Amino acid sequence: MSKLIAQLDDVSLAFGERVVLKNCSLDIVEGAITCIVGLSGAGKSTILRLLDGLIRPQSGHVFLRGKDICHMSEEQLIPTRQKISLAFQFAALLDSLSVGDNVGLPLQEHTDLSTAEIRKLVMDALDSVGLEHTYDNLPSELSGGMLKRAGFARAIVTRPDLILYDEPTTGLDPIVTHLITNTIVKLRNKLSGTAVVISHDLQSIFIMADYVAMLFEGAIIAYDTVEAIRRSSNPIVQQFMQGSEVGPIPI
Amino acid sequence: MLDRVGRATQNFFEYAGGLTLLSAESAGFIVRLRIRIAETVSQCYLLGVQSLIIVLLTSLFTGAVISLESAQQAVQYGIGSLVGAAVAYASVRELGPMLTAVVVAGRVGAAIAAELGSMVVTEQIEALRSLGLEPSRFLVVPRLTAMLIMLPLLTIFADVVSIGGGMWIAQTYAHISPDTFLSSARQAVGFEDVIKGLTKALVFACIIAMVGAYQGLSTRGGAAGVGQSTTGAVVLSIILIFISNFVMSFLLFGGK
Repeated sequence: MSKLIAQLDDVSLAFGERVVLKNCSLDIVEGAITCIVGLSGAGKSTILRLLDGLIRPQSGHVFLRGKDICHMSEEQLIPTRQKISLAFQFAALLDSLSVGDNVGLPLQEHTDLSTAEIRKLVMDALDSVGLEHTYDNLPSELSGGMLKRAGFARAIVTRPDLILYDEPTTGLDPIVTHLITNTIVKLRNKLSGTAVVISHDLQSIFIMADYVAMLFEGAIIAYDTVEAIRRSSNPIVQQFMQGSEVGPIPI
Repeated sequence: MLDRVGRATQNFFEYAGGLTLLSAESAGFIVRLRIRIAETVSQCYLLGVQSLIIVLLTSLFTGAVISLESAQQAVQYGIGSLVGAAVAYASVRELGPMLTAVVVAGRVGAAIAAELGSMVVTEQIEALRSLGLEPSRFLVVPRLTAMLIMLPLLTIFADVVSIGGGMWIAQTYAHISPDTFLSSARQAVGFEDVIKGLTKALVFACIIAMVGAYQGLSTRGGAAGVGQSTTGAVVLSIILIFISNFVMSFLLFGGK
């Protein structure tokens, strides 16, 4: 049986009147790339934020390496968060810092490494995403695709066990999308880590995913390997995969 | 109607509670000396040094206008020697700290709220939390510390320039010599008054930094939300400055 690194157990969450997740459960297998698909606004990014402890469920549990993080204080979460990284949809680099300082920030704040050691690790991380020449640039000087890759570099610099990617290919041209997809696979192989990817891009998902989970109306309605999901007889999954307007998914 | 009153009361207590918690958290980091020095120095420049010109101009003309209004009439009634006292008294005890704070609230409070608000809507604050960094220590503490250092300094400059502006007008329009003006000012205002004025400046610094930061960090929505936070920060800071100025004048000077 595969070892789990993280788990959502019967999680429910609503923002005001709007129910986002309803008794949602999901297993994240260690060492695998799990892609979560679903309609826009279905709550996919919410799952990443739950896994990172940024939001708490109203009921249910979120386990990371067997520990329930739902009742941890912000201070207790700090060491846990150093083992997880969230790569944001729009990178969310700090405007006021250079790319190098952004990437090195977690090392600077959480380790006793010297400036030279931090610089070396930052250069390694930037090199992994093909951005070693942008160390001194400001985030505002980078293109959309470069920003995302700089966000990846910040996510991997601490060598986390679990990397969460929030829509890494959204809004990018096909070439950069391909580059980003390959980068995610390359980083997983390099770090021997686990990744959870939110994406709408089925082509990318078929390239990188080991497992696919489909979120629909607040719950995971299908979870399996890529091949099994492709062959799924579930009409909702089929309609989503085909991108058809006709089917059980209300438009 | 009752529903609206209830919601407004709830919002008020939520806001006050949130502001208090953020202030307590930030104060805790300052007490434990968990301050990012380089960022604080940078904020001293951005929030303090860059406010100097506007504070000096405001103070110069405030001192000048007090002198203009009082000097000629004072001379007419034979009490021209008291003009220096009037200008120094008003500047050091009230107008210096308060006008400096109001001007800085307009410039710095708005800047803090807008910057942090933009960081909220672009997920930078969430990114900090995700990296295991507390936004209060990372962003609020350097701004609060910078304000606590720079606002009293700006107030001292404002006091001096205001008295200087008053002296210039008193000499030009009422022919009161600088010696007479300064001697009167020295008799009216003691070191204790300066310290009390600076105490006010410290309280105003906390108001400006914390209201600006809390407004910024509570931003919801996009650009419109940032705009609302910025306006809210300035309006609320100025109201709180006026209220706390009254309370502090009552407590510190006791109506004397």
